[in-house]
Amino acid sequence: MTATPPAPLDLSTLTVGQELARTRHEISRDTLVRYAGASGDFNPIHYNDAVAAEAGLPGVIAHGMLTMGTAITGLLDALGDPSLVRGYTTRFTNPIPVPATGSVTLEAVATVGAIDEAAGTARVDIVAEVDGTKVLGRARATLALPATGAQAGQGEA
Amino acid sequence: MPTTPDPAFAGRTYPAGPVHTVSAAKIAEFARATGAASPLHTDPAAARAAGHAGVLAPPTFLVSLAQATEAQYIEDPAAGIDFSRVVHGEETFTLHRPVVAGDRLVPTLTVESVRAAGGHAMVSTRVDLADEDGAEVAAVRSMLVVRGD
Repeated sequence: MTATPPAPLDLSTLTVGQELARTRHEISRDTLVRYAGASGDFNPIHYNDAVAAEAGLPGVIAHGMLTMGTAITGLLDALGDPSLVRGYTTRFTNPIPVPATGSVTLEAVATVGAIDEAAGTARVDIVAEVDGTKVLGRARATLALPATGAQAGQGEA
Repeated sequence: MPTTPDPAFAGRTYPAGPVHTVSAAKIAEFARATGAASPLHTDPAAARAAGHAGVLAPPTFLVSLAQATEAQYIEDPAAGIDFSRVVHGEETFTLHRPVVAGDRLVPTLTVESVRAAGGHAMVSTRVDLADEDGAEVAAVRSMLVVRGD
């Protein structure tokens, strides 16, 4: 087994409405702890039920940025080369309560929303839901479309 | 006693810096935490084979540096932001080029707007990230909602 990543998706063949990824992600308290450490976001509403309740929340909630970062990973896998993502934006519409034990399931679907051949970009719309409730609003990634005839792997000294 | 964000901070740009070196270990940790499985985030040889100078940061990786930079404003008592009342409203990343391990980035914070909306306050910040030669690398925009009474 090698560490070679999958071949990048050929962006020139994209069509509007095409589904690029449909993934499910389990989010547990363990996930929140790992994200807190990785991101440096140690707001106690993401690990302490008492503090979360004082803040008027139903309990510990997932970091919005964890949700944003996780919801795009199905698309990253489908692209093969994550560096094709040049923009990513979202609104945080609903918090995700995370139980003390067990997990919740984040479902993410990435679909081609628009293609701008002149600019060399494509917009991918990401729908992220937990139990049928949308947790991100207007989540959109911008992809760089390789220029026609561009060769991967050029630039070796 | 709750405070209210001071609108006088809108338009303020803070001094740039300090320079931040993007770490391969932090990229790997962030990729694992968000479930980004590509070896381009963790394997330098795979990243080089794909034409990158180092392992590749996931699209939202710069949030940590951006939030650390935003703290100059958010945690300034004079800014009037009660962090216990803050909810994250929106986030936008613009990547002018891929960010890779070894990049040395200089962050510059700008408070884009401070405005009242329906009993709440919304503050929007932008962190511009440039390399040491001044070339733009990325921008991270955040909108925070500060809940009123």
